[in-house]
Amino acid sequence: MKLHRSSGHLTLAIALLALPFIIDALFGHGWVRITDFALLYIMLALGLNIVVGYAGLLDLGYIAFYAVGAYTYALLGSPQFGIHWPMYVVLPLGALIACGFGVLLGAPTLKLRGDYLAIVTLGFGEIIRIFLNNLNAPVNITNGPQGISAIDPLQVGAFSFGSSYEWMGIRIDDVHLHYYLFLGFTLLVIFVSRRLEDSRIGRAWVAIREDEVAASAMGINTRNIKLLAFAMGATFGGISGGLFAGFQGFVSPESFSLMESIMVLCMVVLGGMGNVGGVVLGGVLLVALPELFRNAAGPVQQALIGKVIVDPESLRMLMFGLALILVMLWRPAGIWPSTQRRREFAADDSVLHQEQETVYDASK
Amino acid sequence: MTQTNLLEVENLKVSYGGIQALKGISLTIAQGELVTLIGSNGAGKTTTLKALSGLLHPASGKVEYQDKSLLHIPAHQRVANGISLVPEGRGIFARLTVAENLLMGAYVRSDKAETAADLERQYELFPRLAERRTQLAGTLSGGEQQMVAMARALMSHPTLLMLDEPSMGLAPLMVEKIFETIRDISAQGVTILLVEQNAKLALEAAQRGYVLESGAITLSGAAGELLGSDAVQRAYLGA
Repeated sequence: MKLHRSSGHLTLAIALLALPFIIDALFGHGWVRITDFALLYIMLALGLNIVVGYAGLLDLGYIAFYAVGAYTYALLGSPQFGIHWPMYVVLPLGALIACGFGVLLGAPTLKLRGDYLAIVTLGFGEIIRIFLNNLNAPVNITNGPQGISAIDPLQVGAFSFGSSYEWMGIRIDDVHLHYYLFLGFTLLVIFVSRRLEDSRIGRAWVAIREDEVAASAMGINTRNIKLLAFAMGATFGGISGGLFAGFQGFVSPESFSLMESIMVLCMVVLGGMGNVGGVVLGGVLLVALPELFRNAAGPVQQALIGKVIVDPESLRMLMFGLALILVMLWRPAGIWPSTQRRREFAADDSVLHQEQETVYDASK
Repeated sequence: MTQTNLLEVENLKVSYGGIQALKGISLTIAQGELVTLIGSNGAGKTTTLKALSGLLHPASGKVEYQDKSLLHIPAHQRVANGISLVPEGRGIFARLTVAENLLMGAYVRSDKAETAADLERQYELFPRLAERRTQLAGTLSGGEQQMVAMARALMSHPTLLMLDEPSMGLAPLMVEKIFETIRDISAQGVTILLVEQNAKLALEAAQRGYVLESGAITLSGAAGELLGSDAVQRAYLGA
């Protein structure tokens, strides 16, 4: 059994290592780049999953932490201020600052839940974006809407993830190198998420999600545990943001719009809140499917009707919305929900039914 | 009676906004005692328990537990110190299984082997729960949910167990069963503060009682005496 499992892991490892080359050979370079972005989004979604999936705190401004991570990297590794700190300093620093912002958002919202929390977090996300947009006057810090360009590539010493190398006759390009770097970080985030899920902290999050008063009657420090959820989620967002800035070489406020927050939330909800596998699946689907539509919608219309009637870009959003509705109708707990969530959704009716009955319940 | 008091409350006042819910109550509970606090709706019974468990902050007064002031100790630490509340309306985690609910009660304890043993002990005390350990707590009957709430509180090894209206909304037969269990728990040496509207049952189970009316304690004494007193008879027992 153990042997079987480890051979399964080995197959998975080989598949993951070979994946960028397979994609490259089948679909071309562009799709490897899309895969890189998918990994960044998976990290983001896993971070948000801690806040929304585990602790049940609806956060609509999550992209702000991604922005904080990205701008930290951009400001400390670009000609903007002439600072060029190495990535192994800037990335952890970005994660740390994002974590601080997580606490900053968490602290005043401790007493809020559900819709109220959603509104405040939405506002927080917008505040960060607008700040970045306007911090070019009176002192130019973020360069405003133009954004910051010529950001240093991700590099360790002389080795840059932004260059191409030849290794034993195989050409490894920047998109491949970034894939491996991002894969490493994603696996780390997955590992941390899984460990948290099974931990005392994970159980405390579940308790808070279920009933906060009862949770504190259990001896759970609800304040710290909620702040921890915000901080952990924000940290993952910050790391992902730093990697994004180094990969893209350019950041501007428009990368961090409300739509992005909603996109990441959709990955979590659609894939399966609270389940690491589901969230990863959600991330892959929501990055890959829209791209697929963007590329396929034009040619398909051309072949079927002879001309392009609907603009592929708007069709993409239409199909995206339709997919969301269908999934929520048929699999309300997500495509691949955690066992607990699935139970919760299935139980809701019977629980309510039962609660009305209990008052008169006899001696059964 | 040179017994040391486990809990001493003196002149405890609690206000919600401008309304004074507790107008300075005083009570003591000795180690191992079963004390009941009875009173009608809105008398301030739940407020008292919330203040004692740290969910509410009193305006003034003194609360001493094991000879140390509790006032600045947050709710979560009080559980670790052995004060456990079974909240009104039970407050179970409806969408977790019975076993998960009980394990949540052991949150403040870190010894895994002992927690597992505790779990078995609860199943002995509440055989009904053993049968339903994998069932979602929300799908249980009211009485069973009350059992879950009590067993969950016991998982934290409380020194002082506070029960808020355990008979609420239960069928008479189930109420009897719950009170039987309360007496069992008390016999095991756990100090209990029982808040009840059902004055007769509560006074029959307890050793001492306090009567709370509009935020003030109007009567106190041995449970048997209270049960026989005219005032209690008139006000709560409809005699």
